[in-house]
Amino acid sequence: MHTLVYDGTFEGLLTAVFEIYERKLYPVKLLKGEWRNSALFEEVIPIVTDEARAGRVLTGLRKKLSAAGVQRLYISHMAEITGEDCNVLGFIRHVFDNDRNIEEDYGNRYVMRLSEILKMVRREKHRMEAFVRFQKLNDGTFYAAIEPDFNVLPLLIKHFKSRYADQKWMIYDIKRNYGLYYDLHDTQFIEMDFDELNKPVDVIAAYSEDEGIYQNLWKNYFNSVNIVSRKNTKLHVRHIPKRYWRHLTEKI
Amino acid sequence: MNVDRITEKLNILADAAKYDVSCASSGSNRKNKDKGLGNASNGICHSYTEDGRCVSLLKILLTNHCIFDCAYCVSRKNNDIKRAAFTVQEVVDLTINFYRRNYIEGLFLSSGIFKDADYTMERLVRVAKKLRTEHNFNGYIHLKSIPGASEELMREAGLYADRLSVNLEMPTEAGLKLLAPDKNRQDMIDPMQFLKKEIIQNTEEKKLFKNTPMFAPAGQSTQVIVGATRESDQQVLQSANYFYKNFNLKRVYYSGYVPVLADQRLPALNTAVPLVRENRLYQADWLMRFYGFHVNEIVNNQNPLLDLDIDPKLSWAIRNMQVFPIDINRADLQLILRVPGIGLLSAQKIVAARKFAGLGWEQLKKIGVAINRAKYFITCKSNEFERRDLTGQKIKQFIMAQSQSKYIKNTQTQLNLF
Repeated sequence: MHTLVYDGTFEGLLTAVFEIYERKLYPVKLLKGEWRNSALFEEVIPIVTDEARAGRVLTGLRKKLSAAGVQRLYISHMAEITGEDCNVLGFIRHVFDNDRNIEEDYGNRYVMRLSEILKMVRREKHRMEAFVRFQKLNDGTFYAAIEPDFNVLPLLIKHFKSRYADQKWMIYDIKRNYGLYYDLHDTQFIEMDFDELNKPVDVIAAYSEDEGIYQNLWKNYFNSVNIVSRKNTKLHVRHIPKRYWRHLTEKI
Repeated sequence: MNVDRITEKLNILADAAKYDVSCASSGSNRKNKDKGLGNASNGICHSYTEDGRCVSLLKILLTNHCIFDCAYCVSRKNNDIKRAAFTVQEVVDLTINFYRRNYIEGLFLSSGIFKDADYTMERLVRVAKKLRTEHNFNGYIHLKSIPGASEELMREAGLYADRLSVNLEMPTEAGLKLLAPDKNRQDMIDPMQFLKKEIIQNTEEKKLFKNTPMFAPAGQSTQVIVGATRESDQQVLQSANYFYKNFNLKRVYYSGYVPVLADQRLPALNTAVPLVRENRLYQADWLMRFYGFHVNEIVNNQNPLLDLDIDPKLSWAIRNMQVFPIDINRADLQLILRVPGIGLLSAQKIVAARKFAGLGWEQLKKIGVAINRAKYFITCKSNEFERRDLTGQKIKQFIMAQSQSKYIKNTQTQLNLF
């Protein structure tokens, strides 16, 4: 068993694939993180991300997969789900070990697992499209904080940009500490230092005058449309798991 | 803005609109225009009420004043409740401000009938027009077509709304006569007929002229209340089928009757909402629309009622054991779709995956097949399969003993399988 350590980027992953084939390393274990020269990891092979090598692997993938298939692979990796790197790697190996396009070979465990990962990621993306709750700030920007299970913020750009084209907005992933900001023209990734802003007085003063009114109206609406005689808490919680509640205006 | 008054109105008029179960915000293809606000293409449930229903649209009545006296309706003329009415501007402001905060996909606007049909319809249209033309709002708009409104107004409504709907309310004409003596079924069918014609015409024009304006791109839907009158499931589904076929409806919604009023024509106030029946009707509806079932295969003169303890697909399968078992690695997609425990996506995955290699039980399970039900009806790449010549009834017993029904707590002891 060889243990490879790479930097967590997609290029890094592809470089690792290159090394595996070049040096005939199998079986392997793929780890994310910095390589340290410690006795515990005696067998560790550090992977230094190499754009040229990654590029060659990507070209190979593009030949064997459809454009959408490459995209799906990229998303599965980008989601940063713990412990899935070996499955993503297994998928890539299955791609190269076959002559034909294996995207729909669901009988293969790696293809099936990738399809499951993708389903999880898409569901999380869709949840964010649904559960983002903007609050209007004094300067007219609409701000929302999210804590998605997986790294899906980059997948949200297209949806929110084409929907809220006429308002400035920001969606901040407070779990991964980076956000997405739209300035009426383009979106960009940003990082904020919340420690400086964190005085409660500032936060309340930052909201626009009518923000509280509409939040209250929304809560009222939410309660009014409930039909008590049909109460079904199990179904309710299945649709909105409790971990999302803290950012949902109507559930706070 | 008088916040307290608006809040009160919102509470009254949302409460009155909630028995309309239509919630879809999908099926349209309205794009964001000139960097305006919103688009309508996705279908997103932004929240869920405690009864587990989705909240996708701001669903309100413009007013709950009504000249009709329909027995099943909370807003009936003779019901002693608080009445309220929104102004056009109030609805517009609520919609825009909720939408900007990502609370909703758009607006679902219905209304009690005040004065007459045209007067009411004209106001609904005015809200939609204002949103589209003054605020460049491209979110989803669902308007009720008020039975009896003029064709001119209906046409205008179609230009601004994504979806239009008329509620049939009762599955049969007799039921309607009994509970809504002021209403006439033909008045409900006329606008459907008119809109169907306009939608078809619009589609034709679109093929010829690229910039033909959109006309109700998400089509029409309707709703029937079940459990208020004595219609059988056969009558309900036959009627739904008739409207799907003849009026190109996108959806028929089934609303289990919630007792809100004491009336000798209606189930008593303490009657439970027929939730299981409603669920079975939706399952049957899905079988007709996505699984290639004909309505007569699901309900017919021998079986006019849906089984409440098992789903309609399983129910069909155990009545038609001569079709099974089928070989999952060879059978047509259409046949695989008929196997209990195999859904649309699993069926498609199976058909794609078997081109690479034959599939066994483990793989079918991974793909998402509910093996505990499917195993009685299929064979796959495995020597293990159901060899006993079981009757449909026996299979039903086995499956029910094994599964925990969402609704029915059965006390049968577990039976050993295989």
